[in-house]
Amino acid sequence: MAKVLVVDDSASMRQMVAFTLKQAGHEVIEGRDGKDGLSKAQGAKADLVITDVNMPAMDGLQLTRELRKLGDYKFTPILVLTTEAGPEKKQEGKAAGATGWLVKPFDPDQMMNTVNRVLR
Amino acid sequence: MSIDMAQFIDAFLEESFEGLERMETELLALDGGDPETLNTIFRCAHSIKGGAGTFGFGAISGFTHGVETLLDRMRNGEQEAAPETVNLLLRAVDTLRAQLHAARDGGEADAAEVAEVRTLIEAHLGDAAPASEAGTPPAVDGDDGIDTSSGAHDGGPRGWRIHFQPYADLMRTGNDPLRMFEVLEELGTLSVHCETDRLPDNADAFDPEDCHLAWTLELEGDATRDQVQEVFEWVEDECDLLIEPLDADSEPTTEAPPLTPEPAEMGATTPRPPEASAARGGSGNRGAESSSMRVNAGKIDALIDMVGELVITQSMLTDISEQLEEDPSKMEAQIERLRTGLGELERNTRELQESVMSIRMVPIAQVFNRFPRLVHDISGQLGKQIELTLKGEYTEVDKTVMEHLGDPLVHLVRNAVDHGIEMPEERAAAGKPETGQVTLEAFHRGGNVVIEIRDDGKGMDADRILAKARDAGLVGPNQHLDRHEILQLVFEPGLSTADQVSDLSGRGVGMDVVKKNIRGLGGNVELESEPGKGSRLTIRLPLTLSIMDGQLLKIGDETFVIPLIAIVESLQTLPESVKQAFGKLPLYRLRDEYIPIVDLAALFGRTEPSPLPERALLVVAEADDQRVALRVDDLLGQQQVVIKTLETNFRKVPGTAGATILGDGQVALILDIAGIARMASGRDTRAA
Repeated sequence: MAKVLVVDDSASMRQMVAFTLKQAGHEVIEGRDGKDGLSKAQGAKADLVITDVNMPAMDGLQLTRELRKLGDYKFTPILVLTTEAGPEKKQEGKAAGATGWLVKPFDPDQMMNTVNRVLR
Repeated sequence: MSIDMAQFIDAFLEESFEGLERMETELLALDGGDPETLNTIFRCAHSIKGGAGTFGFGAISGFTHGVETLLDRMRNGEQEAAPETVNLLLRAVDTLRAQLHAARDGGEADAAEVAEVRTLIEAHLGDAAPASEAGTPPAVDGDDGIDTSSGAHDGGPRGWRIHFQPYADLMRTGNDPLRMFEVLEELGTLSVHCETDRLPDNADAFDPEDCHLAWTLELEGDATRDQVQEVFEWVEDECDLLIEPLDADSEPTTEAPPLTPEPAEMGATTPRPPEASAARGGSGNRGAESSSMRVNAGKIDALIDMVGELVITQSMLTDISEQLEEDPSKMEAQIERLRTGLGELERNTRELQESVMSIRMVPIAQVFNRFPRLVHDISGQLGKQIELTLKGEYTEVDKTVMEHLGDPLVHLVRNAVDHGIEMPEERAAAGKPETGQVTLEAFHRGGNVVIEIRDDGKGMDADRILAKARDAGLVGPNQHLDRHEILQLVFEPGLSTADQVSDLSGRGVGMDVVKKNIRGLGGNVELESEPGKGSRLTIRLPLTLSIMDGQLLKIGDETFVIPLIAIVESLQTLPESVKQAFGKLPLYRLRDEYIPIVDLAALFGRTEPSPLPERALLVVAEADDQRVALRVDDLLGQQQVVIKTLETNFRKVPGTAGATILGDGQVALILDIAGIARMASGRDTRAA
């Protein structure tokens, strides 16, 4: 069982991702936007971060950069949720320090396949 | 894993409707294309697209893709935020809303409109690329620019040899070679050879956070190149990678034993739209809107606090009763405690009541928010310049009141825009600014919510209204009315004052319907207007529909309640003021007015009509501009009463607006003054 931080400004997406993770036996912490996500990350060390990119207050890329600055999150897998399958957007995520990405739309099975690539 | 996506669809729809509302508001506020505003609008579209795709609404997602692309170009400055572009986006918002409504209610959106808006957006983008054809957003595919055609199947290689040399900082993005090998291992039989030649010789040069190793891996089995490639998808730019068929020349470097041979097929990786909304059962029908509401969490917390206090008070009262049983001699002291406890209970109950009531209260912004768009559209159609100001949007009103307020307000605002505000040239000629002002304001006053619609337009012509009213036979030829009374005539059925009947409003139906609707909510509406300066419509509504301040009164041995708001005054009759005409209701002369006296006991058939005693008690009440004087036997106290409808609990009783239960358990009828006035005039000859 891992502790996963899920950050998305869309409540329905967040619920879906969180529910799927909980079904798989993981513990989930939720963040409403980048800023909220960052403070939640500081409050509890997560084993995996899944974040949306487009969010108010602080976007997912900035959140990723901020997390990488924290000792606790230097090597933590961070997955960004993106609607763009093009290489440009993916590279933006990588450049910010993300481990990988998950392209929307995805279903719970696809999501867990991806999550299992980075979670032990 | 099978997860039913339907459970998230309601949340998705709700937040999408909110997002659309936000988009609309921001689009209307988009003056010249402020980047921050554009960003917000873009984000709303983006969320809807992503959610729609995930929750099985591919067509909506595809439609939104075009909208999003257009917005993206606008925020990047590649496309101008021209008025026609903004109008197109507003139309797209409407179309999206219709599609989401259809998704919720299981219906179909207007396909022609959807297709047209989509085509317009594509034309606006000026190229063929944007909205993807199939209605679904671009799918995850293999990696761009890499040959993905050759596979391990079909007499191909018996596996793959992978040369993997990470750059030093690969692990700093959270990628872990070991984890990647574990994934590879699920694809076949894996052997791993580690190359250590890059390890620095002296310890000083060794940074434990860097990756100094390289690997050659051999994967045996029928995994495709794509599958292998995918494992390294995230690190392509952080390593040197060579994947070659096992049959190729290069010799396997080592015979490292496989870790744990456990070949398994990885699940399909192409996106598969989740089950659509078909399985959503009853949650999708009409009326979903009114059956649930969002409540501020703070209100719920307050409620829970109060229930907590109630429990404490209850245990205190229980304790008192036990003490009394144990030791009746201490009666005095216990009674004092009992009083305190009951006082506490009363306070708790009142606070709890207020709290519960406040849950039904929603900010009027939910209705007000539709007006910027409405005014924008109509003024555009008419060629008028209008600035709409909203004030007091956070004033709270009962949810039911708010739901019924929308249509009347739309009508009144349309009127102000259509008939009130003049054309720019006309305004300039009258020495007014070319831009007209329309203000929509809400505030609380007393126990009422007041909504005002003001404009600085041309105002109403009282003479013309009066002339029309005389033509329509609403006012007798010799009847004299003051200006205020004349203005209120616009609420009469069949009176339109527009010079031209336009498409927008003013067909002579409307104002009377507005008044009827507002009356139905227990409120009233009034018009004030000054020629050349503008008009002001004032709507007064009760804060809530289920509780009202009532006056208790006694008629015979029955207790009745009348709404306090309806009472004009109470008085004792002076014999000389009573006018008795044969076959008619007796009239009471109150200053310059004759008011019919109603014998309620007789009206309800409790007793035979009885002559009016010399000094009778009358309550003068008003509703629908009609006054009646009710004969009562005694005035009791005033109190808040909870209205229970008779229709649901019993059946409709003419002359009553419902019933309530009094403190002693007795049921009292709540009188409907307007209904009584109608009954009384219909029974003229029989009453009194």
